[in-house]
Amino acid sequence: MRKENPAKAPVRQIYEEHDSERKELLTVRGLVSAFDTERGLLRAVDGVSFSVDRGKTLGIVGESGCGKSVTAMSLISLLPRPAGRVLSGEVLFKGEDLQQVPEKRLHEIRGGEIGTIFQEPMTALNPVHRIGRQVSEVFRLHEQMGKKEAWEAAIEALRMTRIPSPEIRVGDYPHQLSGGMRQRVVIAMALACQPDLLIADEPTTALDVTVQAQILNLIQGLQAEMGMAAILITHDLGVIAENCDEVVVMYAGRVVERAPVEELFTNPLHAYTRGLLNSIPRLSLPPKTKLNTIPGMVAALSEMASGCRFCQRLERESSLGDEQPEFREASPGHWVEACPECYGGEAHEAA
Amino acid sequence: MSEVSGRGSLLTIEDVKVHFPVRSGLMLRQTGKVKAVDGVSLEIGEGETVGLVGESGCGKSTLAKAVVRLLKPNAGSVVFQGTEITRLSPGTLRPLRREMQMIFQDPVESLNPRQSVRQIIEEPLVIHRQGDAGERRRRVNELLERVGLPSNSGEKFAFEFSGGQRQRIGIARAIALNPKFIVCDEPVSALDVSVQSQIINLLLELQSEMGISYLFIAHDLAVVQHISDRVAVMYLGKIVELASAEAIYQRPCHAYTKALLAAIPEADPTARRERILLEGDVPSPINPPEGSAFGHRMSHPRYEETTGMDLSLVEIEPGHWVARDPCCLSEDDWKKVSSGDPPTFVGASSGVEAAEEKTAMDVYLESAGGDKVAVMEAVREVSSGLSLLDVKELVENAPTKVLEGVPRSDAEEAKARLEEAGATVALR
Repeated sequence: MRKENPAKAPVRQIYEEHDSERKELLTVRGLVSAFDTERGLLRAVDGVSFSVDRGKTLGIVGESGCGKSVTAMSLISLLPRPAGRVLSGEVLFKGEDLQQVPEKRLHEIRGGEIGTIFQEPMTALNPVHRIGRQVSEVFRLHEQMGKKEAWEAAIEALRMTRIPSPEIRVGDYPHQLSGGMRQRVVIAMALACQPDLLIADEPTTALDVTVQAQILNLIQGLQAEMGMAAILITHDLGVIAENCDEVVVMYAGRVVERAPVEELFTNPLHAYTRGLLNSIPRLSLPPKTKLNTIPGMVAALSEMASGCRFCQRLERESSLGDEQPEFREASPGHWVEACPECYGGEAHEAA
Repeated sequence: MSEVSGRGSLLTIEDVKVHFPVRSGLMLRQTGKVKAVDGVSLEIGEGETVGLVGESGCGKSTLAKAVVRLLKPNAGSVVFQGTEITRLSPGTLRPLRREMQMIFQDPVESLNPRQSVRQIIEEPLVIHRQGDAGERRRRVNELLERVGLPSNSGEKFAFEFSGGQRQRIGIARAIALNPKFIVCDEPVSALDVSVQSQIINLLLELQSEMGISYLFIAHDLAVVQHISDRVAVMYLGKIVELASAEAIYQRPCHAYTKALLAAIPEADPTARRERILLEGDVPSPINPPEGSAFGHRMSHPRYEETTGMDLSLVEIEPGHWVARDPCCLSEDDWKKVSSGDPPTFVGASSGVEAAEEKTAMDVYLESAGGDKVAVMEAVREVSSGLSLLDVKELVENAPTKVLEGVPRSDAEEAKARLEEAGATVALR
């Protein structure tokens, strides 16, 4: 991976280990990912840092276009090439920097130690192969199993994700399955090698709420069984609240707030987090009342301000001007981007 | 069923059925039919919003298309402003089309990429010959401003806009002819929460200004509940519950409604709620179960009773309608809807006898708080005599709950499983 001159790509050194006792599985420091476009090099992820502990679930939340998926892709070097690349930053997985390891080792890690699930299960599955072949391929590649043995293992993997009569289903093609069942197949593939980390990018967004509940419950159960950590990327704060231990709130390529889940929901500090929380229609609200909204929209990548980007959206002057707000620990474990206007401020237009 | 109170009726749907033929074989003979919408009745008042929820494949969108005659229903009638529209010719239908519009889920696919936004919004005005070029121009500008798009948007193309703005373009086009009725088919499902709330607010504003009625379709019950006056819950081509938005949330009666409500993830990590996990998917509408479709999915012990039974809606409370289905109602609710008209399928005496034969079981669930789902599953797995709702109730009313009608052997097995799951259980 080519690296930019560090002087051209200043990265905030904001991440500090506040507790060395934590069993960190994955540590991301100052990740910057960019795309080469006609309008120049555009940074979709601009200095993201977080860490995931063994067995824990980290949620990444934010609106479309704020860099959630690009972050996930960057972790395992899956950015579309040649346009996308990681400019700087470290991705330490069990002590290894995934940005530095050879391609061969990456192949071992992807699908082996790190499993991935993406939003649309149909695109993750090959329509012309039976699901058994696709799931057993994982075993053949990573566990060097023979054809027959891998096929048996695939049936077991499908059984683990509670697909009814897996020994019959294993011979089906993806189109013969419903959306929820397809997602189970993708989960079976992701978890086939008992990974230490699961990266799930909007795993339930295309599914009905009832099926979503089944799938999330399944992931939680398997996590508990296997002691697996997870990064759950979603725009649904409800999913975050029910499934995560720690939450990273992203806005415009940066992390604006990071906190343990209960802390984030009871004591949100950044105006953007507050705006998101306030704009959800809740069942407890009286019907037909006006909802709170966040004015404006995420700026285009080419027009991103160097200073506080949420102030840019609200068309207000940040008192920091063009200077990037510092990422500060407000209380133990609760980090927030400290723009004086956004820290403790409000975003929504009161209804 | 006339439940629109204090409003004039705008649209009355009666016993609408939409069946699609299933063809197979070399000669493509009809080998069956998909009962996408199977006998739906609904009334929408002037200025009212009726929400329609259900899982994918339950027939929501098909019903919506039948209502605005984008599809011709196989049976039943749709009366719009006093005119029965199901059998009108396209020519006579056209003036009525001005009054009913539709907003779609994916604004990208419903907007022509080769037309400028101005052309898109102007098109209905042109088709229905409204005003001259100058007047139309002014009207488009007015519409752009009304839906909150920048004034220079008219000359741009739809792909230059974000998802929320594209939905605003769709809304501007839909309200161009001052319609009385708009079908909104999942209009906010593809949007981020902050944008979703902007669009919901816009729809609410337009309704109070222009007195539009909405049929609002979504799979997100929180959104539907927020925007609607009344909510209809649809399952496998039929409406199973219909009530005011408050009642649907505060006092859901049908098991399916309860399950849908419980499945919504709540943005509050401190709320430790039990989840009702629905097994499986919506059954195929090609060969729907003969009795209660939802009872079948839950493998409810009373499912057998419901084959051939009349499961149509009954009014359980004023304005609150629910399917008369013993599998999907609580004991009390079932008594309410079945009293006065004793159910024909159960010998009352034999029911009592059976209960006496069985032993009661005291269940103490002390450490259940941590993993309610596991406990629920354990109970459900072993005691086939329990419905999902009984189990839900059981966990809710922990630590003590007397379960009646569970055979001794089952009770002991349930005890063992529950203890495995970390609960403390005592048998009486």
